[in-house]
Amino acid sequence: MDMSEAIVLCGSAVGAGLAMIAGIGPGIGEGYAVGKACEAIARQPEASGAVTRTMFVGCAVAESTGIYGLIIALLLIFLKPFT
Amino acid sequence: MAVPHFLTGPEELEVSGAKIIASLKIGSFTLNFTETIVLEWIVIAVILGLAAFLTRGLRVKAVSKRQVIAEMAVEAITNLVRDTMGARWLWFTPYVATVFCFSIFGSLISLLGLKAVTSDFSVLLTWAAVTFVIITATKIKYGGIGGYLKGFADPIPVMLPINILSEVATPTAMALRHFGNIAGGGIIMALVYYGLANVSRMIGLDVPIFTVGIPAVLSLYFDLFSDFMQAFIFIMLMMVFISNAGPADDAAEGTS
Repeated sequence: MDMSEAIVLCGSAVGAGLAMIAGIGPGIGEGYAVGKACEAIARQPEASGAVTRTMFVGCAVAESTGIYGLIIALLLIFLKPFT
Repeated sequence: MAVPHFLTGPEELEVSGAKIIASLKIGSFTLNFTETIVLEWIVIAVILGLAAFLTRGLRVKAVSKRQVIAEMAVEAITNLVRDTMGARWLWFTPYVATVFCFSIFGSLISLLGLKAVTSDFSVLLTWAAVTFVIITATKIKYGGIGGYLKGFADPIPVMLPINILSEVATPTAMALRHFGNIAGGGIIMALVYYGLANVSRMIGLDVPIFTVGIPAVLSLYFDLFSDFMQAFIFIMLMMVFISNAGPADDAAEGTS
C-alpha cells in the first residue's frame, strides 16, 4: 500500500467517525419527543394509541438526519469511493 | 480433528451489495439480475401462499381459526387506514397492506441467513417512486394540472426551488430511512458475528461457541423490532403524505 492510498483510507475512516456525530441530533430530538409523549399519555391515558402512533412517525422523521450520517459512514468504510 | 468449514465462523468481514446472478447486454445498456430479484419473487410466493391459505373456505358462520386470523389482520389495517387517512381513502387499504406485508417479509427473510430484500436501495427507491407518483396524481386529481403547478409557487414565487426540492426530498427521505435502518442493522449484526468468531478463535477454540445465543439478543432488536417498526413507519408516512396531497376535509367526498 503506497502512501497516497494510506492517506485516503485514513481520511475515509476519520470521515466515517465524524459523520456519525450526526447521531447526536436525533438522539436529543427523539428523547425529547418520547418524553413529551409520556407526559401526554400520563395526562390523557385514553389517547395513548393516537399519541404513540404520532410519536413513532415523528421519531422516524427526526431519525432521518442520523440515518443520512450512518449511510455516509457506511459508504466511506465499505465502498471506499475515493480509493 | 479437522473442523468443517461451515462451523468455523466468518474468517473475514464481507459487506457488499446484492450479488449479480446474470446480466443481459442490450447495446451499451446492461441489465443486471441480482440476488434481490430472486429473493423478491420468493417473498411474493410466500405472501401469496399465506393469503391463499388464510382465505381458503371463508364462511359467514362457524368460522375457523384461520379465518379469525385473516379477519383480524384485515380489520387492523382497515382501522389504521381509516384513522390515518379518513374514510374516503378506504379503497386504498389493499395497497397499504401489500406494501406492509412485502416490507415485513422482505426484511424478516434475513432471519434465515439470506440477504434482506429491503437492504437493497433499489427496492426502497422503487416503492418511494410509486408513492411519489401517487402523491402527484392525487394533487393533480384534486387541484387540476394548473393548481398542481401553482402549488410550487406557494406562498410566493421565490419559494419555487425550495418547493421543488421538498417535493423530491419526500420520497428520497422515505427510501433512505428504511434502507439505512435495515442495511445498518444487517452490517452491525455481521460485525457482531465476525467479532465473536474472532474472540473464540483468540482463546483457541476451533468452533466459535460465542456466536451461539449471544447475537440472538441483538437480533431481537435489529431484525425483529426494527423490521416491524420500519414497515409500520413506511406505510404511516406513505398514508400521511398521500392523504395530505388531497383536500384537508371531507368536503370533496361527494364530488369525486
